[in-house]
Amino acid sequence: MNWNNLLFVIFPYIALAVCVIGSVYRSIYRPFTISSLSSQLLERRKLYWGSISLHYGILIILLGHLLALLLPRSLMWWNAVPVRLYLLEFTGLALGIWALAGLVILVYRRLTSRRLWPVTTRMDWVVLILLLVSVITGVWTATFYRFGSYWFTAVFTPYLWSLITLQPRPEFVAPLPWVIQLHVFNFFILLLIFPFSRLVHIVTYPLGYLLRPWQIVVAVRGRITPQTQ
Amino acid sequence: MNVRAHMSMLFHLDKCIGCHTCSVACKNLWTDRKGAEYMWWNNVETRPGSGYPTQWENQEHFQGGWEFKDGKLRLRLHSRAAGLLKLFFNPALPSLEDYYEPFTYRYQDLFNAPAGDDQPTAIPISMITGEPMEIKSGPNWDDDLGGSNIYARNDPNLEDVPAEVRAQLDELERVVFNYLPRICNHCLNPACVAACPSGAIYKRQEDGIVLVNENRCRAWRMCVAACPYKKVYYNWSTGKSEKCILCFPRLETGQAPACAHSCVGRIRYMGVLLYDADRLPEAAMVPDEQLVDAQRDAILDPFDPEVIAAAKANGLGDDWIRAAQLSPVYQFVKVWKLALPLHPEYRTLAMMFYIPPLSPVVSVIEDGLFRLDLSDANHDFELFHRLSAARLPVQYLANLFTAGNQEIIRQTLVKMLAVRLYMRRKTVDGEVDEKLIKLLAEAGTTPQEAEAIYQLTTQPTLEERFVLPPYHREMAVEAWKDPLAHKGEAGLGYLQVPRRGE
Repeated sequence: MNWNNLLFVIFPYIALAVCVIGSVYRSIYRPFTISSLSSQLLERRKLYWGSISLHYGILIILLGHLLALLLPRSLMWWNAVPVRLYLLEFTGLALGIWALAGLVILVYRRLTSRRLWPVTTRMDWVVLILLLVSVITGVWTATFYRFGSYWFTAVFTPYLWSLITLQPRPEFVAPLPWVIQLHVFNFFILLLIFPFSRLVHIVTYPLGYLLRPWQIVVAVRGRITPQTQ
Repeated sequence: MNVRAHMSMLFHLDKCIGCHTCSVACKNLWTDRKGAEYMWWNNVETRPGSGYPTQWENQEHFQGGWEFKDGKLRLRLHSRAAGLLKLFFNPALPSLEDYYEPFTYRYQDLFNAPAGDDQPTAIPISMITGEPMEIKSGPNWDDDLGGSNIYARNDPNLEDVPAEVRAQLDELERVVFNYLPRICNHCLNPACVAACPSGAIYKRQEDGIVLVNENRCRAWRMCVAACPYKKVYYNWSTGKSEKCILCFPRLETGQAPACAHSCVGRIRYMGVLLYDADRLPEAAMVPDEQLVDAQRDAILDPFDPEVIAAAKANGLGDDWIRAAQLSPVYQFVKVWKLALPLHPEYRTLAMMFYIPPLSPVVSVIEDGLFRLDLSDANHDFELFHRLSAARLPVQYLANLFTAGNQEIIRQTLVKMLAVRLYMRRKTVDGEVDEKLIKLLAEAGTTPQEAEAIYQLTTQPTLEERFVLPPYHREMAVEAWKDPLAHKGEAGLGYLQVPRRGE
């Protein structure tokens, strides 16, 4: 076994297993501990600049990665025209820098707002640092290994699909520069700590709110017909 | 007809002396914990005043409650989609400065300070950071207006009160105030429930108590902003929302809530109201001036055979129907029409009710002496016919309790004054003349009713003030446990320390 297999085949599977089992266990047996742990009550000015930038920046970029994984052909079709490729790359880079700015503000906020110290755990720092590594290596890749959206479909789409289909082909990752390898490996670390950190709040994003009735009435023996408006 | 029962509290503001015993009882029982120091599930405000959190009634700023526009009821805070987009930062959420930074004092310094020439002092420290701090605000900072007229002036309810009436409130020497104890209103159309993206807040069907399921709460904090009364709080330590639970563990064991039980002035009453769930939320979808009447209409008569049949069909037992019939809250709200909800214009259909305070007549200062605005003869009846001379402006009370409908406030105050005059004549002068009976009729009441109001207002026993139905929790447990199989076990097996997650 070589390092490449360890880091990009074995570790990802371990991380994914821990992530899924841990998250399910936590949501069933330790539901009280799951929370976005908002600290807006204690500090709001810096949070405004940091939180919105980080969340929207990362969310859109993650969706972009997902799109490249699920619809590689459409992405290649889009990138066939240079202007569209530049547009996409520029947007991605801008979003990355936006998220990075948000992260830096949040780190600064945790350090300087005295009121946040009692609610800052070691794991909060681990998450912040891992996210920093993720965003910095991502922005680095987008800047120096152009054009990510172009070669992603040839490298990562098959690599990730090989992992998903349980026929791992780590040779796709082996020849990549270390920055990109770090970006990938860092993602698997994030997966690993996912159930043990505040990151779990991601899976509780309340999409059900769009559909549920306004009012919820609970009877001793279960829910009863709520009023709708 | 879909009959449900509701545990409602009633506050007789004329009897409140502003002693804060209720707040302290609540604090000791429920919010004396890390992360909850700044919370006052029960608080008592001086009115006119800016309240707690500061200016909570300013919905332009805090975006609480519902809006009725173009025949539709909408949350003022957000639409569903907009709510999800604002999860990462919610501009309408009050910050700690809107409440106050909780503090204690470093008492150990009093014992441990080295010997010196000065007395050691206990300096204030923040209960969040543990570091020395300068106290800028605190619980009841503006109690009795704190010796300043700023707090009274900042009362949002004074906005449309005419300048000359405001002037009479403005001057510190002549300022008049009353107290407004507040808990969660356990609304029929709660905005906090509607605003919670996780669906963690719910209303109990059996008694209407609104609760937060903290196992489902994910700290999106929309409830804090959406509640127009600012009675949902965010625990900064556990990362969960908390609110008044109407002391349901006490209610379920036949005891009145701690705030009500400890009330020194005995201003609080507790009882069952039956209401028609089919009239919701339509009762909140009428013009402002009809809101009080619409809500009263949704409350049902527990003596009506049809209502009783429908209640039984809905699973309400005889003991609950009996409790509804004996309910002092029902008497004050529906029969005597003396009690009103707080700020019905928020359209959450608040289910805690207030009897507005009477106030003396306006006095003016002349040559350094107070002069009451009264004629020498017959001042017994003065205020009855001249409510405009009451020191608490009718419009101000209307802004608090009837969404600006002054007529309802006037009817209420006149009836209370009539009862007062009647009983004074009867007990002091020992006679009831024609003039007095006419006056009672003018106020829409009768000697019998006046006697009953007097009795329940001034001399109720504990059992008359708190008519608590039996909850039969021993039967409810069957829902998830077989009582025989778990005989001998302690607790229900859910016990986990409510500690902040990573």
